[in-house]
Amino acid sequence: MTADAAIVVRELRKAYGKVEAVKGVDFEVRPGEVFGFLGPNGAGKTTTISMLCTLVNPTGGSATVAGHDVVRDRDEVRRNIGLVFQDPTLDSYLSAEQNLRFHAELYGVPKGMVDDRIRQVMEMVALWDRKDAKVMTFSGGMKRRLEIARGLLHSPRVLFLDEPTVGLDPQTRSAIWGYINQLRLLEDITIFMTTHYMDEAEYCDRIAIIDHGEIVVIDSPEALKASIGKDRVQIQTADDTGAIKALRERFGLEAAVHEGSVTFAVASGEEFVPRLFAELGMPIKSVSVSRPSLDDVFMSYTGSTIRDAEAGADNKAWMRAMVRR
Amino acid sequence: MATQTVGVRVPARGAGHDLRAIKIVLHREMLRFLNDRTRMLSMLVQPALWLFVMGTGLGSLVQGSIPGVDYRTFMYPGMISMTVIMTGMFSAGSIVWDREFGFLREMLVAPVSRGAIVVGKCLGGAIVATGQGVVILALAGLVGVPYSPALFATLLAEMFLAAFTITAFGVMLAARMKNMQTFFGLMQMAIMPMMFLSGAMFPLANLPSWLHVLTVVNPMTYAVDPMREAVFSHLDVTAQVNAVLNPGVRWFDFQVPVLLEIGVVAALGLALLGVGIAQFRRAD
Repeated sequence: MTADAAIVVRELRKAYGKVEAVKGVDFEVRPGEVFGFLGPNGAGKTTTISMLCTLVNPTGGSATVAGHDVVRDRDEVRRNIGLVFQDPTLDSYLSAEQNLRFHAELYGVPKGMVDDRIRQVMEMVALWDRKDAKVMTFSGGMKRRLEIARGLLHSPRVLFLDEPTVGLDPQTRSAIWGYINQLRLLEDITIFMTTHYMDEAEYCDRIAIIDHGEIVVIDSPEALKASIGKDRVQIQTADDTGAIKALRERFGLEAAVHEGSVTFAVASGEEFVPRLFAELGMPIKSVSVSRPSLDDVFMSYTGSTIRDAEAGADNKAWMRAMVRR
Repeated sequence: MATQTVGVRVPARGAGHDLRAIKIVLHREMLRFLNDRTRMLSMLVQPALWLFVMGTGLGSLVQGSIPGVDYRTFMYPGMISMTVIMTGMFSAGSIVWDREFGFLREMLVAPVSRGAIVVGKCLGGAIVATGQGVVILALAGLVGVPYSPALFATLLAEMFLAAFTITAFGVMLAARMKNMQTFFGLMQMAIMPMMFLSGAMFPLANLPSWLHVLTVVNPMTYAVDPMREAVFSHLDVTAQVNAVLNPGVRWFDFQVPVLLEIGVVAALGLALLGVGIAQFRRAD
């Protein structure tokens, strides 16, 4: 697999002074797959993507993208990748088409193909009818779509998307995912993306959970969810303390109150519910069973929810800022 | 929706590719300028103010001492260079702007040499500035400078060279700048003294020696003097007036010929360009 892998990363490291942002990561991305990097802000996602895109030099290890080494064959890598950054990189004083034309010339797209290709990528993101409008008149979602179109203009083998939907409304987010899925059908392309939205990670073929600069686990979303193995059951009763006690004594289950309900995990929730009603020995007002989500996966691998992890990181940054004063 | 995909294979890098990159960077510079009417206007108002307000005011003061020549005629080549220099600096400053708004990143991640981007930027700035200078050329008649094709051709070439050099200087400054305010602060700090000491506003003859030394080391002097030389060669003035208003540049006892002055500006421009490219290569 290594020979034709789209991305091969070995022991990749990046330190800024004494701070290690990425602490030796290893992974491979197969051609044609959508590979997601999932983790809280500050986990090392952007640093990793920047190294793969040749924007940041690694301090250790190696990486190849589309068969080219990111340090030694920088230009070859650049020719074969498309980039969509978190922050916009469009010239808002130029029209949408002028922005794409600039890109085509800069990437040396063969002259005879420029017009057709521009039209094609703009149609793909449904912006062709706005091609002559200045980018400054575009909404955030339209700008992101235009950037995706631009990232595809030179037919890259690997498209890097750094938080492609951050800061967009839910409708635009799902539209962007629509384009990405359509893209996989139309073009022979590998997609590497970072996100901290759990629901978006579901669209990936495989995801790597990254936390504190290290990869915790890599697998498909289904396999990851299955690896947890347990469903989450929530019940409401008149006497929560009594219910928790009864669950421990009769079923040997550890339960706790979350979001106003007694919550616990069992292997197959649906089959457990009839037993629960028969044997709990107290009236149950309502019950809900849910399959494990990626949130649960993230929590079981890192020990915190992604939101907690981010709040923690923000707190630390905030405290450092206070100390510096 | 798109039915057929147009397969694009981006070819390996070559001279042709770099040339295309230079052309598109240059093209964008011009598009940006043509789209920005306010900037165009403000660049024109300033020299017009100097020429017609300051020039007229100062001119009435010195009328007696320079018989036969309007002070504004003297200032004219200085104002051409001032326009060209301000426009070129602004073009270079847009690099800082591009960095702040992210577009610079789009250029720097492309598989082209940094040199192509910097050269494109400098040529773009030079062409835009020369275009701006053409408008000042059109005013020639109002200050008693003849509309001579030979004179205009010479001035255009000199303008282009001066603009290229100053844009290269600006690009070198802008290479590491993170925000516009710093850049424009620095630009003011650099441009003002260079302007004052270049002979654009007052003649460089009979200056105290400390001031004379400063004017000789000021690179802008070598951009202004050839333009003045060109203008005065098309005027009918006495040798005495010419000596006062158009003294040329002297290195000790050596009268520096125009061609050498132009050579100095060109060499400086290329050197600054080289430094600018090196700065961008390092700035990763």
